[in-house]
Amino acid sequence: MARDRLVSRRVARWLDQRTGSAKFARTALGKVFPDHWSFLIGEIVLYSFVVLIVTGVYLTFFFDPSSSEVVYDGSYAPLRGVTMTEAYASSLDLSFDVRAGLVMRQMHHWAALLFLASMIVHLMRIFFTGAFRRPRELNWIVGVTLLILSIFNGFAGYSLLDDQLSGTGLRIAYSIALSIPIAGTWLTSLVFGGEFPGPDIINRLYVIHILLLPALIIALIGLHLGLVVRHKHTQFGGRGRTERNVVGEPVWPRFAFKSIGLMLLTAAVLAALGGLAQINPIWLYGPFEPAEVSSASQPDWYVAWLDGALRVFPPWELRVGGYQVPAPFFPAVLLAGITFVLLYLWPFLEARFTSDHVEHHLLDRPRNRPVRTSMGAATLAFYTVLTLSGSTDVVATTFGLSVNAVLVACRIACVVVPPLVALATYRLCRELQLRDEDAGLVPPERPRIRWELLRVWEWPARRKQTKAALARSGAGPAAVD
Amino acid sequence: MSEHPPPSGPATPDDRGCLGCEGPDGRVGDADAAAGDPAETRRSEMAVASAFLLSTLGAIGLGVVYWRGGQVQFEGLLLAVALGGLGLGFVLWARRFMPHQPVVEARHPIASTEEEVDRFRQEYEQGELLLGRRKLLVRSAGLALATLGAALLFPIRSLGPRPGRGLKSTPYQRGTYLVTAENERVRADDVNVNGVLTVFPEVAPDPDDPEAEPRPAAQADSPTLLIRPDTEVVARKGREGWTPDGLVAYSKLCTHVGCPVGLYQADEHLLLCPCHQSTFDVLDGARAVFGPATRSLPQLPIAIDAEGFVVARGDFSAPTGAGFWDRDR
Repeated sequence: MARDRLVSRRVARWLDQRTGSAKFARTALGKVFPDHWSFLIGEIVLYSFVVLIVTGVYLTFFFDPSSSEVVYDGSYAPLRGVTMTEAYASSLDLSFDVRAGLVMRQMHHWAALLFLASMIVHLMRIFFTGAFRRPRELNWIVGVTLLILSIFNGFAGYSLLDDQLSGTGLRIAYSIALSIPIAGTWLTSLVFGGEFPGPDIINRLYVIHILLLPALIIALIGLHLGLVVRHKHTQFGGRGRTERNVVGEPVWPRFAFKSIGLMLLTAAVLAALGGLAQINPIWLYGPFEPAEVSSASQPDWYVAWLDGALRVFPPWELRVGGYQVPAPFFPAVLLAGITFVLLYLWPFLEARFTSDHVEHHLLDRPRNRPVRTSMGAATLAFYTVLTLSGSTDVVATTFGLSVNAVLVACRIACVVVPPLVALATYRLCRELQLRDEDAGLVPPERPRIRWELLRVWEWPARRKQTKAALARSGAGPAAVD
Repeated sequence: MSEHPPPSGPATPDDRGCLGCEGPDGRVGDADAAAGDPAETRRSEMAVASAFLLSTLGAIGLGVVYWRGGQVQFEGLLLAVALGGLGLGFVLWARRFMPHQPVVEARHPIASTEEEVDRFRQEYEQGELLLGRRKLLVRSAGLALATLGAALLFPIRSLGPRPGRGLKSTPYQRGTYLVTAENERVRADDVNVNGVLTVFPEVAPDPDDPEAEPRPAAQADSPTLLIRPDTEVVARKGREGWTPDGLVAYSKLCTHVGCPVGLYQADEHLLLCPCHQSTFDVLDGARAVFGPATRSLPQLPIAIDAEGFVVARGDFSAPTGAGFWDRDR
């Protein structure tokens, strides 16, 4: 080999001699990615996570997750002389006495808000375009798991600071866990190390927040991206695009540069927010005192739907034989549980109800699947109403209404708004389809939805029928819808 | 039934459409870069370079601001400029100067072929030879693994104590004085008509550390509301004598999810919890009259001693805070 004059070429060759990287690099950099703006949402999720990690590591050098008490003596005068935990004091120090500490803290918090917001928009994109269908059901499951872990990690993160607002939220979380039948008292005792607040909770939340959950999230993100590479990205239909190809641009050079650019721009927006937009001003809340509370108390937006559910659910509890299932169990544990179970099951439910078990690599336009789109819209509407219901007191004071009236209105809205949204969305989809037809676009064939499967009592008979049919045709035990 | 789409697409050796070849859109070559006129190209080059230059200035500014003591808004803004300039530069560079015509890559079937699956199964099953009783081995291994797994869960038990009496009792006993957050005993006259005080069970000074300030407010299960409504409280059955001198004491922890019930509407004799707006009627044993709470606030039996201090006559009428499975037992 003649010696290359360029250093970069020599380095590349040195690496290749030791790893065989050239072949892998060629394949990797040649991967084709389709081009659509909605595919960038997932990237924004990833890049806000990167900002979370970078700012988070910085914060760990200054934060002290200790519940031992100390008298504050830093630059924030109104709190000087006040007894508080080391956790809260170190958070104040980060905000006022560590140079660039407040920017880092606020960037971290804004990045968490953007992380979860873009994650949910990304989930909506996947849902409404049917990107969860075979072979991507696994990736959907990984994604929903990431959502659950991220919600927990965000909650753990802002509860670490031990301020009055997040401490109240922690008490609420404690009581929700307590309401779980049979296991609730054990669960809270083991997690908190005793009764609320316990001596160790901040320490334990710290380990969960910086080690356990991020490790799981990073591993799952790796799996998530790996599956996307393995399956190749989905694409919308159009000229030259089929179920058997991917049309787009290769990673190198344009896609890579645009992605890096997007990462830097996302970080830039978060930096601007971190410096210019105040978030979580813990010095105004004061240190956590178990006997105190402030009004209005709202959690971060991604947990607000739980708060709304707690407010809106009527005072109903179950009492059987001296035992009780307290009221908070139903909105906070049961509803949340059912939400995520249905989310996990959706790809499989849809496949069963539409008898559609083949691979799909072309995306649906939401209008062409009106039933799925309107059900998704109704679900979104339901959780939006719940989220807004988390602010009944703020709405009441802002508009001079009675809190009681606002609450009753929210209860009604929870029941009435989702079906209305479903209906309106369905009609909108059909209207758009008709316009497409007028424009000469032929919509893809819609599967027939087997609504008869909802008649649960018919399932035993159905199983018998299927078994008999299989036996007759002599086929193996392969499942046929 | 699964679908195995056969590989298709352009028939190049590595099944990829080639850069510079004609794509399905019929466009050829480095479309953008070559087609522009020199002035346009130069303008774009200047735009990209300016973005990078702006970023440089931002980074320098950030360093200066930091070195001179730091300032939140400028730090954020300059960091945003530094990052954003770079990002903008890269995006403009890519869009204006990098080749952009569609490339086609073939999708291969995800599932392995039947032959590959069969070959794998054969090789996998050849992993065992001369095995007599496989079920015995597998089952005994399973038993060992399961019990090991269960045994490894035992250390979790060390995380916390057995949930016990603590959940159902507070430090209040017969004769416990009610104190303020500064551990000062409360007199009956300290509470005005329509007034409310937050009080706690008195904390004895720590014998090991007499210098330490006792913190009654740290007793998280026992914050108490001491109220003197302007109307007489209707005593519940068995609670006669719990309201001496027109004073009444309830637990401050909401029975919904445990937030302190911090708001008192004196004219309507209603306690309002700010978290989820549960409302309790002070005159009726703090019965829950609105909102998601189901249970009344537990009431504390109180008396006034000879010196005028308020003392407890026992613990609350029910466990404080949110409900749980065996709260009533």
